[in-house]
Amino acid sequence: MPGADRPAPPSSGSPALGRRRFLGYVLAAPTLVTAAELAPAEPARAESAAADVPSADVTELVDLNDVMSAAALPTSGLITVQVHTDETVSFALPRAEVGQGITTSTAMLIAEEMDVPLANVRVTLADARPELVFNQLTGGSNTTIATYTPVRVAAAVARGRLLEAAAVALDSAVTELTIRAGVITGRAGRSTTVGALAEKAAALRTQRVSTALKQSDRFTVIGTPQGRIDALDAVTGRKKFTMDLDVPGAAPTMVCRPPTINGRVGSVANADEVRAMPGVTDVVVITTGVAVRARTFGQCIDAVRALRVSWKPGSAEGKSDETVRRELAAAELPLGLPPLTPSVEGRFTFHFRSNSALETNCAIADVRSDRAEVWSSLKAPIVAKEAIAARLGLPLGAVTVHVTEGGGSFGRKLFFDAALEAVEVSRKTGKPVKLMWHRADDSRQGRTHPMATSRVRIAHVGDTVLSYKQRHTSVATDLGHGFGELLTAMAAKLPVADLGFSETFFQLSQSMPYDFGVSSRLLNETDKGFNTGSMRNVYSPDVTCARELMIDKLASKTGKDPYRFRRDSLKDERSRAVLEKVAEVGRWGRVMPDGTAQGIAFHSEYHSASAVLVEIDCRPGTIGRPVRDGVTGPRVTKVVLAVDAGLTVNPRGLEAQMMGCAMDGIALALTSSLHLRDGYFLEASWDNYFYTRQWNTPPELDTVIMPDTTGKPGGAGELGVAASMAAVACAYGRATGTMPTTFPVNHGTLSFEPKPTTPPVPQSPTDGLDHAY
Amino acid sequence: MPEQTFRLNGEQVTVDIGDDVRLLWVLRDVLGVTGPKYGCGINVCKACTSHLNGRAVNPCAIPVGELTPTDEVTTIEGLADTVSADLHPMQQAWIDQDVAQCGYCQPGQIMAAVAVVRRAAEEGREVTDADLDGIRNICRCGTYVRIREAIRAGAENM
Repeated sequence: MPGADRPAPPSSGSPALGRRRFLGYVLAAPTLVTAAELAPAEPARAESAAADVPSADVTELVDLNDVMSAAALPTSGLITVQVHTDETVSFALPRAEVGQGITTSTAMLIAEEMDVPLANVRVTLADARPELVFNQLTGGSNTTIATYTPVRVAAAVARGRLLEAAAVALDSAVTELTIRAGVITGRAGRSTTVGALAEKAAALRTQRVSTALKQSDRFTVIGTPQGRIDALDAVTGRKKFTMDLDVPGAAPTMVCRPPTINGRVGSVANADEVRAMPGVTDVVVITTGVAVRARTFGQCIDAVRALRVSWKPGSAEGKSDETVRRELAAAELPLGLPPLTPSVEGRFTFHFRSNSALETNCAIADVRSDRAEVWSSLKAPIVAKEAIAARLGLPLGAVTVHVTEGGGSFGRKLFFDAALEAVEVSRKTGKPVKLMWHRADDSRQGRTHPMATSRVRIAHVGDTVLSYKQRHTSVATDLGHGFGELLTAMAAKLPVADLGFSETFFQLSQSMPYDFGVSSRLLNETDKGFNTGSMRNVYSPDVTCARELMIDKLASKTGKDPYRFRRDSLKDERSRAVLEKVAEVGRWGRVMPDGTAQGIAFHSEYHSASAVLVEIDCRPGTIGRPVRDGVTGPRVTKVVLAVDAGLTVNPRGLEAQMMGCAMDGIALALTSSLHLRDGYFLEASWDNYFYTRQWNTPPELDTVIMPDTTGKPGGAGELGVAASMAAVACAYGRATGTMPTTFPVNHGTLSFEPKPTTPPVPQSPTDGLDHAY
Repeated sequence: MPEQTFRLNGEQVTVDIGDDVRLLWVLRDVLGVTGPKYGCGINVCKACTSHLNGRAVNPCAIPVGELTPTDEVTTIEGLADTVSADLHPMQQAWIDQDVAQCGYCQPGQIMAAVAVVRRAAEEGREVTDADLDGIRNICRCGTYVRIREAIRAGAENM
């Protein structure tokens, strides 16, 4: 439980010696409302470049998180903490909760700073707030980095105001007061509560005040393992996602989509006939297909299947894995002349992957002649709001965008494809709609992680690396959700002014953690015909996987142990520490049977470092395990992760994120990909797209959180994907004796019967009773 | 319009809708019972897993017309009532292990977990690794390891 015996300094007056003070606000309101600017103002971190070899690493000067934080400075709005008479404290977080646990960690910051019970802190998601400009984008694992200080400042101001009000109420000096679990006790044991003071501490006019923050040695909440604040709602079915909301009149709506990627409607032969089907209220042509609105989604599915539509070609007509492979080869930047010294070289192919969440793309829209209201899980709600207003020709102020709890994202919810469709259907039908993509749509027409190749060349003399070159070539990643604008705004301030958006993003997110001499990494993109987006950890899983496999190859060539080679090459102490930790906990080098092996890999990003050790079983008995409509294949039998995310707010939440990252890494390395044929993806179901399932889950998983050496939170929601994928790939190579070069390793085998593209969605089965257990 | 009558979480319900509409949509779109989630509509992802007369089923694959007036449908909303407590032991285990991330698949996961434990108990044995490997419910957040831990813990108290 939170609790601290000593009072904080008052929110005005002379600052305590040596303690940094922060500016916040008390806002005029009926009960206490305090605020801070959402502007973390973290200086760019200058790290010393490798001692003897010049390095071109942009990330050593500034990385993506610094840009995201710094971009907020001139324009940020206020975030507010409200104290209520019922003892609760509320906060509307201008971010999207999609499973990463940020509502819980934010509640922890407030509980810590105010000394109120965690259970009394309510964190909701803020509507789109255009005045926040770049500061309402959930991505880049930036939430805690960007909000850690501002949230605490607002809470600390509230604590100070409450203590001042308590001093009057209890006839005590502020210095005589203690606050514990929301109860403030004064002289002679008289006490009052946060709720009882909520009105007395309120301000008549807005004031700017300064405050100090609780020192970390007094933390009783931050750094302690806490369960999620929405756990009870999640296990009772009470947690509401977009499609669970009861918006009056909003009826189920689905879209009949083209048989190829981004095809367009030519004509509809039987709209009237479909309009007359049971439950159907509307059939309208929209930009992306033919929308049907009905009493139930089941009747929408029936209607979608009954529609006879002639389609115009899409944006990837006739394309296949093979044609894209050729496009990528043609776009690859040269590695240059072969070095005069010995070298190792590798070329890796990464197929399209889906970032489809379990909750498909969905949104509710109620569009009237003069206004619109939208509900959806959105990681870039300001951009969504602007786009919706523009699409409808309404002033920005006439559009309200509510950010709902999301059923997973993995980057998918950076975009707002369903929201745009929902407002179009609502306008055309004149009725509110609850629009949801079918799973088949989400898989076939939804956004993907683009197919890419990565080529690596490492020049060396003996076991000294002289240079490292990586050329990453990818189908274009759509960054149109706002990163692009953000980077445009910041471009002039960065030493990357001559680079495009994607290349800038690439340079800012990739780094060279090893002392590998002259290092260069370049991205080249081709083909904007696909629906793509930033999938969890974006470029890093592929780039890191290629790098780590080549390190294994070089270690093998020079007769060095893969772990020792990495350890001796890592540049900094935090990096070495995580690697040493997984080697120790995972018993690196232990003797294992033929067909099984360990793999080890490292990745750093978001001011954090991670290392992963896995053990894999590639023996025939394991690969051949029978599972109906599933892919078994090699099984990762053990995962050990070590993570240094700086100051960890909620270790239990961090462990959860690392577990999810490991499952993603396993899928990316072994089983999950989309197969492109004739201009469409074959996958239309979870039994086609083989994300990690229970039969692929490692029986043993161990996460070690390193002691904080920085005092500042790093990013972690995506951090573990890259090293997990790389470690699995390395282990697979060591177990089979052949370095894998195509990912996932089973891509060459189509493990399912593709569903038809017309009609675009499969009918629901009717034999459910036969499968009861 | 045909009338469909069955028992839902301990109460008799009657709905005017066609026989072929799948139970999932009757629950969600007509009755407003939103615990069972849509994830595929073809009995693959298992996000809608609920119980019919105590057995795990997937409402997306059951035409509502196949239910009889005495058939008892239990969704996550009604699970705790089956043990006359605020929470079923499996729900408590889920909270204790902090299983949920986004939470979308969790109602289905919990309903599947209860059925897997009941099945093992009826066969007079403990839940095995093979039982856990055989659970098909997808969690795209990847909280599988905690799901396994929670099922073992929940089974102790069932």
